[in-house]
Amino acid sequence: MNMEKQIQSDSKDSSGAREQFSGFVRQLGPTLGLIVLCIVAGILSPVFFTVSNLMNIVLQVAVIAVIAAGMTFVILTGGIDLSVGSILGLTGVLLAGIFKATGSVFLAVLSSIVIGGLLGLVNGLLVSYGNVPAFCATLGMMAMARGLAFVYTKGMPISGFPDSFRFFGSAYVGAIPVPVMEAILIFVVAWYILTKTPAGRSIYAVGSNEKASRLSGIKTDFYKMLVYVISGVLTGFAALMFVGRINSAHPLAGQGYELDAIAAVVIGGTSLSGGQGSIAGTFMGALIMGVIRNALNLLNVDAYWQQVVIGAVIIAAVLMDWRSKKQQLA
Amino acid sequence: MRDVPILEVRNVTKRFPGVVALNRVNLTVRPNEIHALLGENGAGKSTLMKIISGAYQKDEGEILLDGRPVQISKPSDSMNLGIAIIYQDLNLIPDLSVAENIFFGRLPHKGFLRAVDFNMIKHASQELLTRVNARIDPMARVGDLSVADRQLVAIARALSFKPRVLIMDEPTASLSAQEVQTLFDVMRDLKTQNVGLIFISHHLEEIFEIADRVTVLRDGQYVDSKPIDELDKETIVHMMVGRRMETLYPRVHSPQPDSDVVLRVEGLSQGNTLHDISFGLRRGEILGISGLVGSGRSELMHSIFGGRPIDSGEIWLEGRKVQFHSPSEAVAYGIALVPEDRGDEGLHLEMSVRENICLPHLRRFYQNFRISRKAEEKTSKSLISRLNVKTTGSEQLVGFLSGGNQQKVAIAKWLVSEPKVLILDEPTKGVDVGAKSEIHRIMSELASRGVGIIMVSPELPEILGMSDRILVMSNGRIAAEFSRAEATPDKIMMAATSGGAA
Repeated sequence: MNMEKQIQSDSKDSSGAREQFSGFVRQLGPTLGLIVLCIVAGILSPVFFTVSNLMNIVLQVAVIAVIAAGMTFVILTGGIDLSVGSILGLTGVLLAGIFKATGSVFLAVLSSIVIGGLLGLVNGLLVSYGNVPAFCATLGMMAMARGLAFVYTKGMPISGFPDSFRFFGSAYVGAIPVPVMEAILIFVVAWYILTKTPAGRSIYAVGSNEKASRLSGIKTDFYKMLVYVISGVLTGFAALMFVGRINSAHPLAGQGYELDAIAAVVIGGTSLSGGQGSIAGTFMGALIMGVIRNALNLLNVDAYWQQVVIGAVIIAAVLMDWRSKKQQLA
Repeated sequence: MRDVPILEVRNVTKRFPGVVALNRVNLTVRPNEIHALLGENGAGKSTLMKIISGAYQKDEGEILLDGRPVQISKPSDSMNLGIAIIYQDLNLIPDLSVAENIFFGRLPHKGFLRAVDFNMIKHASQELLTRVNARIDPMARVGDLSVADRQLVAIARALSFKPRVLIMDEPTASLSAQEVQTLFDVMRDLKTQNVGLIFISHHLEEIFEIADRVTVLRDGQYVDSKPIDELDKETIVHMMVGRRMETLYPRVHSPQPDSDVVLRVEGLSQGNTLHDISFGLRRGEILGISGLVGSGRSELMHSIFGGRPIDSGEIWLEGRKVQFHSPSEAVAYGIALVPEDRGDEGLHLEMSVRENICLPHLRRFYQNFRISRKAEEKTSKSLISRLNVKTTGSEQLVGFLSGGNQQKVAIAKWLVSEPKVLILDEPTKGVDVGAKSEIHRIMSELASRGVGIIMVSPELPEILGMSDRILVMSNGRIAAEFSRAEATPDKIMMAATSGGAA
C-alpha cells in the first residue's frame, strides 16, 4: 500500500516535471524558432543581416504586432477576433476623413482609438452579454466594417497627408522609427497589464475555466467584453500607423490582417482554447511572421507561393499547440 | 410453481484500484416480477447494473440466465442474451425521429441506394409504441417530446431487442406524479409479458407501489432480498443505512443557541426546482443539508450565491436584505461557495496553487499598482500549511494534486479573508479518508471561530456527524428539519424519500 502510494506520487512528480518542461518549451520555443529562422535567412541571403533590411522588417511588423497584442488578450479568454482587418480599414478611412475635414491631428488620433474601441465594444457586448459565439459575432463585424468602409469612401482611397499626420506611421526619432517605438511601448503596457494586474490575472482565469472564475467572484462577462474593446482600440491605433506609413487610406486596407495577427499569437505559443500564453510570445510570433515574409521576398519567392507558406506555418503552429495540450492530458 | 429464475447473480465481486465496489453480491430476478434494487449513493447499484449489462467485467462470481451460466464480457453480449438497460439519461438522439431512435444502429436498408426503409421502421415502431401504451407519432422528432414520452420511447427501443430482463435505472427521477403512474402501468403490463424487470429508485413510496421483491445493497455488500409484503419502510431504510456511525466526525464545538443569525432565506422559489424555501443560519453553526440527487440541494446553494436567478424570495445577511445578481456580488458580501464539481467549477486545474488560492481576492494583493507576488506567496504558503495541503509548493499546478488536496485548495481559496458564510457542496466527494477527516477538522475550526457553514452532503454519516442542525430537502422543498439530538439516519431517509409532503 505504501509502495503504491510512493509510486503514485513519483509518477505525479514526473508529470509535474513534464508540465514544467512543456511550459518551458512554450516560452522558449518561439524565441529559438526566431533565432534559427534568422540564421537560415542569413545564410540563404547575404542582404538579410543588413541594417536597412532589419529595419525594414521591424517597420513592416509594427502594425501587425500592435493588432496581435490586442488579439492576444482576446485569445487568452478563449475567444477570437476576425474583424480586426476590417476594423483597421474602416477606422483608417474614417480618421482620414476626419483629418481632411478638420485638419486636427489630435482629433485624428482620438478618433482612431474611439472608433476602434466602439467597434470592439459591439463585438464584446455580443460575445459576453449576448452569448453570440465569438467566431460569428466578429465574422459579422468583419463584413459590416468592410462594407461601411466602402460606403463611406464610395470605393475611392483618401490620399495625401502632411508629415504632422504621418508622424505615427512614418517618422523617425534619431535612427529609430516611431512605429517601432509605439509597438514596443504597447507591448510593455500589455505585458504589465497581463502579468501584474488583477485584470490580467482575471483574463487568464476566464480563459482557463470560465465557470470556476465566475464562482470565484470574477466578473467574467465584463472581462470577456473588455478584451474585444482592447483589441478594437489597438486595431484603431494600428490604422493610424498604417495610414501614416503608406500615406493613403484605402477601404480595402488591412484585408487578411486577422490571419496574420492570429498567426502571430498562435506561433507565439498562446493556446487557442485560452488560458495559456504570453504577450512576449506574441512579440516573437509577429517577428517570426515578418522574417518569413522578408526572407521569401529576398529569395524572390512568388507572392502567391508566399501565401501558401504562411498558411502552412499557421497550421504547423496550431498542430504543435494541439500536441502539447494532448501531452498535458496524458 | 417457484420456477427457474430468469436472471441470477451469484457472489459477484468487483474491485477497483484501492476499493472493493462489490463484495459477493447476489441478485435473483424471477419471471413475472418487478424487482427493486435499493441502496444509498455509492452502495454499488450502478456497478452491479454495469456488470450485468457488460459495461464492466466482474472479478469473481457467476451470472446465470434461465439457469444456465453465461459469459458477459461486452455490452453486445448482454444484448444478445436479452438483457436491456435503460440508463437514467435515456441515451436518445434528440434530432432524430422516434422510429430512427428505436432502430438506431440497425436501420434496415432497401433498394439500390441503400436508403433507410422508413416504411418498415415506422410500422415496427408503431407496434412497439402500442405495447407501451404510447400515443406518439413514430416520425416525431425526439427532441420535441416530453420527458415522459422520451422515457416510453426508450422502453420501446429496449423492447425491440425482445429482452428477457429489462433494467431501469431511476426512470422516475424526472417524471411528474401522473407520468409515474403511466410508466407503472407500462411496467405492470410488461410483467405479464414474461419480462423480468429490475427497477432502481430512491423513492420508497414507488417501491411499495410497484415492486414485488426488494434487494438491498450497502457499501458494496449484499444485505438481503425479501418480498415486499414482508417489509415496511422503516425496515428498508434500516437495511439501507445500517449501523455504522460517528468517531470519524470530530464535531467538537456547538454554537451558542442564541448566537446571531448571519444568513436568513425567506420564501425562496425558482421555477420547478425550488419551492418556498425558508431557513436561518447562525454564526458558528454547521447546517447540514441532506436530500437525494435532484432534490434541489445544489440549486439552492447556487441560488443563494447569486449563480442562479431566483423568481421570488428574500435573502438577508446580518439583518440586511441583499440581492445578488452574480457570484461576484455574493463574494463581496463575504459569502463563499465551494461547488460540488471541483474540477469543473471549483478550481483552475491549469493554474498554480498560489493563483487558485489568491484568485477571489486579487484586489487585496494589488498594492502599488501591481499584484504583490510576495504577499500572494506568503498567504498561500500559510494556507497550505494550515490546511495541510500536500503539494511540492505553491507553484505546483492544481491539476497534479490528488482529489483530497485539490479539495483543500478549493476550500483554502475562501479562507484568505474569513467569510461570513461558507457553503460547502459535497465537500468530501471523492476524497480519501485521511483528507476527509482533515476537511472536517477545518470545518469545525472555522465554525468555532464564528463562520456560518452550510454543508450539503449525500452521506448520512457525514451529515449526522458534522451538523448542528439538519435540513432535509425533497423535490425542491424543505421536507423536514432536525436538531443534532433528534436526527437519526432513518428519520432523514424517510423525509428525503417522502416526495416533499412531510
